[in-house]
Amino acid sequence: MQNREGKVMANRIPRVPVREQNPKVRATNFEEVCYGYNAEEAQLEATRCLSCKNPRCVSACPVNIQIPSFISKVVEGDFAGAASVIAQDSSLPAICGRVCPQETQCEGSCILGVKGEPVAIGKLERFVADWSRENGGVKTEVAEPNGHKVAVIGSGPAGLACASDLAKLGYDVTIFEALHRPGGVLVYGIPEFRLPKDEVVEAEINEVRALGVKIETDVIAGRTVTIDSLLDDEGFDAVFIGSGAGLPKFMNIPGENLNGVFSANEFLTRNNLMKAYRDDYMTPIHAGKKVVVVGGGNVAMDAARTALRLGAETTIVYRRTENELPARREEVHHAKEEGIQFAMLTNPVEILGDEKGWVRAVKCIRMELGEPDESGRRSPVAVPGSEFEIETETVIMSLGTSPNPLIAKTTGGLETNRRGCLVADENGATTRAGVFAGGDAVTGAATVILAMGAGRKAAAAIHEYVKGL
Amino acid sequence: MYSFSKEKTTMYEILTKEMLTPTICRMRVHAPRLAAAALPGQFLIVRATENGERIPLTISDYDKDTGSVTIVTQQIGASSSEIISFEEGEAFKDVVGPLGVPSDFTEMSDEELRSQRYIFIAGGVGTAPVYPQVKWLHERGVAVDVIVGAKTADLVIYKEEMEAVCDNLYLCTDDGSAGFKGLVTAMLEKLVNEDGKKYTQAVAIGPMIMMKFATMTARKLELPIIVSLNTLMVDGTGMCGACRVTVAGKTRFACVEGPEFNGYDVDFDEAMRRQTMYKAEEAAENENHKCRIGRGK
Repeated sequence: MQNREGKVMANRIPRVPVREQNPKVRATNFEEVCYGYNAEEAQLEATRCLSCKNPRCVSACPVNIQIPSFISKVVEGDFAGAASVIAQDSSLPAICGRVCPQETQCEGSCILGVKGEPVAIGKLERFVADWSRENGGVKTEVAEPNGHKVAVIGSGPAGLACASDLAKLGYDVTIFEALHRPGGVLVYGIPEFRLPKDEVVEAEINEVRALGVKIETDVIAGRTVTIDSLLDDEGFDAVFIGSGAGLPKFMNIPGENLNGVFSANEFLTRNNLMKAYRDDYMTPIHAGKKVVVVGGGNVAMDAARTALRLGAETTIVYRRTENELPARREEVHHAKEEGIQFAMLTNPVEILGDEKGWVRAVKCIRMELGEPDESGRRSPVAVPGSEFEIETETVIMSLGTSPNPLIAKTTGGLETNRRGCLVADENGATTRAGVFAGGDAVTGAATVILAMGAGRKAAAAIHEYVKGL
Repeated sequence: MYSFSKEKTTMYEILTKEMLTPTICRMRVHAPRLAAAALPGQFLIVRATENGERIPLTISDYDKDTGSVTIVTQQIGASSSEIISFEEGEAFKDVVGPLGVPSDFTEMSDEELRSQRYIFIAGGVGTAPVYPQVKWLHERGVAVDVIVGAKTADLVIYKEEMEAVCDNLYLCTDDGSAGFKGLVTAMLEKLVNEDGKKYTQAVAIGPMIMMKFATMTARKLELPIIVSLNTLMVDGTGMCGACRVTVAGKTRFACVEGPEFNGYDVDFDEAMRRQTMYKAEEAAENENHKCRIGRGK
């Protein structure tokens, strides 16, 4: 369809639904929930884009992907061209297409969303990235080696994005990863059923490797090496710290150290990184018949849906209402479809154990919403005398995470704020020359795409810094 | 089956292997970054195979020059059996560390150190991580006595190595087949109360139950005591919290805030209970993996 100026007219059809695994079936397996679009569906959905002159979606994207431009390539059936457009701004599109909170970013600002459903930008990005990967990937130009070495701490989204950009500029980049497998939260945190590890994460990391980036696993910054030893002894010109926010929070209520109480990090790491759900891995995991997950973020949804798949009847306990759940709507929707129970306006006050020291129940108190707090959310207030017990075998604490203090403690001149986050300016420069940081290590727990954006900004700042040496 | 050349050592290759007892194995492993950074009191994590668990193990020696670390493993379950089944020339999938905070004394000045008199209490396989601590102190001219406890004479490890670096070695066995017949705690009491030994600091490393009783004895003797907690762990970097212990009424992570703590402050009963967290799952795993222990080579 073209109008008189030759401009492609948008197709006024409803949003093309995406195929998903049946909820009853997927509740018992760890395969990916969403099948994604095929070429036909993607092309049809792409025709809905208005190709706005001032696309609000682009400015709402933390890495400013040229969204209307890649979508118009999809309409034309030029999927390789679409992949090249995305590759200019994102090094991990198959990941972002799956885990970005599009509803609050690109899709949240799509003009079609005012009266109807926004364009399925995330699903289109995923389609293009998957197609590209299966068809040889995007050829990226890498500059001649410039003779400078940069160390990147952490192989999560921030580190991978920073390393890619620097490698393209001709830097000799080495990523140091503490765990045995690269990917950070993409590998230890986000479950297989949302983000397949071998097919998607490993493949995108291999794209980064193909740019010449080296990845050394089993190296803990602050223990195996220090930032100082990298700069002084190993000849790195600059260091980027993208070590994430890996330290789990607990509630500090009685009974939290009973057997059967886990951090979401432990539960998810055992299952995702250590593959406890697979018979051919030795990792033990304890779910039992009943699991209570405390918290309302994406990690809580991931932990609950993992427990469900391990065969447990699972309840999410959250102190505010469903409207305040910080998790993505899609994740809440999927969790409900799969049969997760939601106990809202409920807050644990104590974990009760049996005579052997194992969890037997969570003692909770009913909450009601009071006045809005500084975040604008109405703060929950306990209803006196409303305590009750939820019987359970396992409790999973999913209350957020903060940055690991190890690097700040072992590096001179690196300032942190009161939340333990590294202090860095908008370009990622820390309080120490030559040391840059970005992602959750600076902001506290946030999203994959914000970490990627921070990694890219820091790469540009590192380039400027090294040029000035 | 391994095309292993002497010129090039692969990462995490087992350079030497010897069985110290029928169930306790000593291996020297190629891990240059780890060897260069390790200090007494720290530990490491081994993942033997792609499908294996991450197993925290104590470092019983390290050598910056050869880039090797020494680990001592006791065969207990499926994972330790898997580690022990590796032979010289083969390589572990991963060895990561050093983890944890080095022993307090590594931060002390030589002058401060020489005013101290240390007594180490080692139990069973816990003797191995005591060795680098005693060696470190001995090299700095610090007086160190060591009590080593084992069930029988056959299970005593590191006897000669320890004798070379300590002032006095006191062996204890449950059956009296070597040294003193009785528990390490009885020996500690005897040394202080009967032999008039004056110590300023005790360090106990061994089974949790031994460290609990060693702490009770030390308290009675008004002797400060450090213990090294071998808790459950996954990552060992502060990420999972499986290693939570209550110390002086507060929850601490043994992996990043320990493994060494003031013994008086540790809730040993909770720590012992938490060690059994995956007992049921591990029993099932041991059944499943019996077939794999020989790895069908």
